[in-house]
Parts: sequence; C-alpha cells; structure tokens
Amino acid sequence: MTNKRTIIALAAAGLVAGLVAGTAAPAAAQEHQVPPPAMKWSFAGPFGKYDEAQLQRGFKIYKEVCSSCHSMDLLSIGSLADAGGPGFTAAQAAAIAATYKIADLDDKGQPIERAGRPADHFPAPFPNAAAAAAANGVAPPDMSTLAKARGYQRGFPTFLFDIVTQYQEAGPDYIHAILNGYKEAPKGFTVPAGGHYNEYFPGHVIAMPQPLADGQVTYDDGSPQTLAQYSKDVTAFLMWAAEPKLVQRKRTGFQVMIFLILLSGLLYFTKKKVWSAVH
Amino acid sequence: MSGNSTYQPQSKVLQWFEKRLPIGGLIHSSFVAYPTPRNLNYWWTFGGILTMMLGIQIITGIVLAMHYTPHVDLAFKSVEAIMRDVNYGWLLRYTHANGAAMFFFAVYIHMFRGIYYGSYKEPREVLWILGVIIYLLMMATGFMGYVLVWGQMSFWAATVITNLFSAIPGVGDTIVTWLWGGYAVGNPTLNRFFSLHYLLPFVIAGVVVLHIWALHVAGQNNPAGIEPKSEKDTVPFTPYATVKDGFFMACFLILFAWFIFYVPNFLGHPDNYIPANPAVTPAEIVPEWYYLPFYAILRSIPDKLIGVLALFGSILILAFLPWLDTSKVRSGRYRPLFKQFFWLWVIACIGLGWLGSKPPEGIYVILSRLFTLYYFAFFLIVLPLLGFFEKTKPLPNSISESVLGAKA
Repeated sequence: MTNKRTIIALAAAGLVAGLVAGTAAPAAAQEHQVPPPAMKWSFAGPFGKYDEAQLQRGFKIYKEVCSSCHSMDLLSIGSLADAGGPGFTAAQAAAIAATYKIADLDDKGQPIERAGRPADHFPAPFPNAAAAAAANGVAPPDMSTLAKARGYQRGFPTFLFDIVTQYQEAGPDYIHAILNGYKEAPKGFTVPAGGHYNEYFPGHVIAMPQPLADGQVTYDDGSPQTLAQYSKDVTAFLMWAAEPKLVQRKRTGFQVMIFLILLSGLLYFTKKKVWSAVH
Repeated sequence: MSGNSTYQPQSKVLQWFEKRLPIGGLIHSSFVAYPTPRNLNYWWTFGGILTMMLGIQIITGIVLAMHYTPHVDLAFKSVEAIMRDVNYGWLLRYTHANGAAMFFFAVYIHMFRGIYYGSYKEPREVLWILGVIIYLLMMATGFMGYVLVWGQMSFWAATVITNLFSAIPGVGDTIVTWLWGGYAVGNPTLNRFFSLHYLLPFVIAGVVVLHIWALHVAGQNNPAGIEPKSEKDTVPFTPYATVKDGFFMACFLILFAWFIFYVPNFLGHPDNYIPANPAVTPAEIVPEWYYLPFYAILRSIPDKLIGVLALFGSILILAFLPWLDTSKVRSGRYRPLFKQFFWLWVIACIGLGWLGSKPPEGIYVILSRLFTLYYFAFFLIVLPLLGFFEKTKPLPNSISESVLGAKA
C-alpha cells in the first residue's frame, strides 16, 4: 500500500514538474526530405507481378554498374532462375554463375578461385566493410534488402490510407527518385568534399556519385537506353532482390482471402440460424 | 470448471478413461455446457481471438526457431534465409511478425472492453489482475522478439529499453550490465533474449489457463453488468458462444491476412532491414506501434527516473483498477458521466500513441504532458470520485429483460 502510494506520489510530482519545466527538450534534427514521386510499378497492388524482361534488364545494370561497389550477398546466383523472379532458365543461371570467380579451398586446403555455381551467393566487390569504406569514403550499403530498408515518412492521414490502397512501394519510389535526383546544387548550398547534391536524399548530400546516365548500359531488347528507363529497371530488380517471394505471396493471399470470406459468410449464417432459437 | 458436469461419454473406452481422468467432463463443463450470458456482444469475442493468436504465435514461432540462429553475426542472415530459402518461410515470418501486432491490437480491444463494462469489479478482481500479468508478459515477449531480427531498430530498441533500468539510483548501471551480460548490447544479450522469447509464451499460456479458470469461477461479465439470475439469462457455450466466436475469429483473420499478404511491412520500420550496426545510430529510434503510448509517457517527463516510474506505473496502475473505481454500478452503459471520461481516456491513449511516434519537441511535448496527466488522473481522480458523485441510470431487473428492452 505504501509502495503504491509512493509510486503514485512520485508519478504525480513528476508530471507537475514536467509541465512546469516547459518544453526544454532538445529539438531533434529532423532533416528535410522531399517526398519522391510515386511511380507505377508492375509489382504493386493485390495482383502485382514482376516484369521478367524488366528484371533481366535491371540485373544487367546491377552486374555492369552497381556491383562494382555494392555487395548483394544474401542472394544465391541460382535464385535468378526461381519462380516469380527474372525468369532466367536454370541453365542460364548456371552460365551466369560460372562468370563469377569464387574464393574457395582446394582439396589440399590451399586457397583458390573457382568458377561460381548456382548455390554460391553473389560475391562482394570488397573483402570487408573497412575496405569498402576506404575505397568509397563510406561503405556502400548491401543491396540484398535495400528496397525494403529505404522509404520516407508518409504522414497523417496518408499512412492510414496506405493500408487500404496496399501502398508498399515507398522503398522503390525512394530509390528511383535518388537515381534521378542528381542536380546542380542551388545557389548558396555548399556541397562538402566527397559529397554530391541530390534532391531526394535527406539533407541533399549523398556520398554516391551519380551512378547512371543516358546510354551507359546497352540493352539487347530494344528498350530505351535512358536514365529514366535504367532507373525504373534497376529499382524493380532491387525490389525483387529484397522481396523475391512477392508474387507467390500475393497469389497465395488472394486464395486465402477467398477462403476466409467464404468461411466468414458461412459462419455468419450458421450463427444467425443457431441464435434464432433464443432471440 | 463450474458446477458438476453431466457429461456421459457414449463409448465404453471413453467411459473407462473418464473414470480415471475426467478430462472429458472438464472440457464439456468448460466449453460446452458452460452457461454464458445471452446478451454478450461482439466485443466479447476477443478472448477467443486472443487464445487463437497465442496459438498461432507459438506454432509459427516454434518452426521459425528451427531455422533461426541467435548469434550477432548470423541472426540477420538467418532471418533473410528464412525469407528466401525456407519453404513458406516468408509466410511463417510475416505471420509471426504481423501476428504480434494483431495480438496487441486484440488485447487492447479486450482491455478497453473490460474497462468500459467494469469487468474488473467484484468478484472478478483476480481475473483482471491475471490479465494485467498476461499483458506485461506479452510486452516483454514482444520486445525481445523484435530484438531477435538484429536489424538496426532491433539493436537500438534493445539499447534504449535496457538503458531505462540505469535510471534506478545506485544499482542501475549494475543491473543494466547484468541484463546485457556484458558492457554493451551484444551476443550474450541476443542469446538470453532468444531463450526468454522462447520461454515466456509458455508462461503466458500458463497464466491464460489461470485467467480462463478464474473466468469460469466468477462467470462472464456482460454488457448489462448484472449477474445472471435464472436459466433464462444464459445460453450454453456450445453452440451459441462457439459459433459467434468462430464467426468473428474468421472476420479477424481476414484483417490479419490482409496485413500478411498485402502490406506485410507496413507496421515495421525500414531501418530494421539494415543489419544491426553499433557504430551507427539511426536518425530516429521508434518502438513498435503497440508500445508508443508508453514511450510518449516516458518522454513527456524530463527526469529519467520519474519518467521510467511513470512508464511502469502507467501499466501497473491497471492492477489497482478494481479498487480505484468506487462505483457500485459495473457497466458503463448505465454510467453517463463515466462514459464521457472513458472515451476521453481512449482518446488520450490513442493520442499518446501518435505522440510517441513524433519527435519530442514543441507542441508534441505539451500535448504528451496533458495526455499523460489525464491518463493518470482518470485512474487516480476521476474513477475514485465518480462513484460518489455520479447519478447512474436504473439497472434492468435481469439480463433477459435488458435483451427484450433493447429489441423493443
């Protein structure tokens, strides 16, 4: 009883003190962020699917551009042939794997480099985070989960509507905006050494130099070789890398929904029938 | 658990077994013949929903633990391996992660219902306190589960929450070192959190058994807040409550499935897809949404120790509710003043939840303080005084009368 009183008295005293003290709490440095434009993605919505050709183009950009600095080591190379992904055949994935050199040991325990196999994960461009940081200023983030590890504040009440509209593309929208966000710094804005001005990066100073420009990667399928196209393709690829089971998830979800709605309906009428006896 | 069972098994084998261990009779008297008030509304289906959620969490959790590795270098990778390489691993993990949120969503409705209809009042005080204990255990379990992912938010949430104990005068730092198993959040911390995260759900299950036992001794409260007087006031649990609970469980599962299959990362923070890095502090450290009101209470008070006491006090105060509320009338339906203060309190709780996600500056701090003040005033001033001053509406003579009255 005394214990309870003490706690209550302390709590009450704290509250009064808190109110009297006013707003002395230090202001958190909330960096201004420009909301990225919302793009149309093939994988959005309840029936969303990845566009195989787009993922294959995105993979080409990853392989020729991104992978020289960014690792993506949670993915096996063979997963390129998994259902719901870029749609490479198992033979194509094995051929892609063979183009990578993988560090291993031979049967005498000596370090060797061998050709990659589908079960190998994508090799990292740097041996460790310190080496990556030394070469780039800061260590480039791993790309395996990047599309889910980025986003932006949606604000009230938009974030509530997002439940109904199934908006889960804040990450891809943000990455796409960053790739298109390299601009001349406005007058009076000093970009520190080693930094680059980007409209959509929080604080506008990003360590990564502009990675993609028009005509940089050659497409084999006749798609436009522009930054606008590249940025969409590589972003879609990164979304697949982060969420490779998205297509299965949404398809299973539709089946589960139909089942649950039918079950609820049947239970509702059963309930009505059972309770009609006592009402 | 209430009264003598009239259960008579048909088969000879079951009769033989029943004589030696009358478990069939126990189940029959608890979940078949058990009399439930006939006027229960859908807010009363959340007890069943919560039992289902506990079951879902335990089953998905056991399978996830078969694939998870509690080591600082491997935890994040093993979670991603579950998402990528384990058959239906994405389904298990998204069900478990969103299941925790759904579990809390259901428990909050269950608690608001209990408070509105005075379900904590005599003779249900022990039943209520057992519920508060379950809620505390849920909070501990949910927090430790969130840490297991070992993303940035996991790591920094663990750091912030365990650091709360450093506010204890004298022994605070020693306690924190003891909790960590070292001088920082590290591998020993992750290991013990995994061990406890596996243990506590079974403790919860044990307290749930006591909670249901206490419920079946005292009998269910009901929207009228008066005890059943005759057989006309009750209906047997099966089929009436079973089918009603079943229907609403299925509806609840639709909401749950929506989150799992369509917006599985809506309730999570993007930073938790970045592996834990003790060298980089995230721009904002935000707890899961179900802890936000308490986080707001903590931050509304400038003194750390008093803030921590207010945080724990805001939960522990619930255990004293049966004695803080002095009104003789149970149900809020017949308490016009209580009703207004109650909804104001619900608004304060939701408001605190919103403020917990905001930076602690400017108007947000002032609002947090006002809502925190009202949160405690509701328990410490409003409820004790209302019992003396409130003019309550006349109670119906019986449950069946209240049902007929409502239909007219």
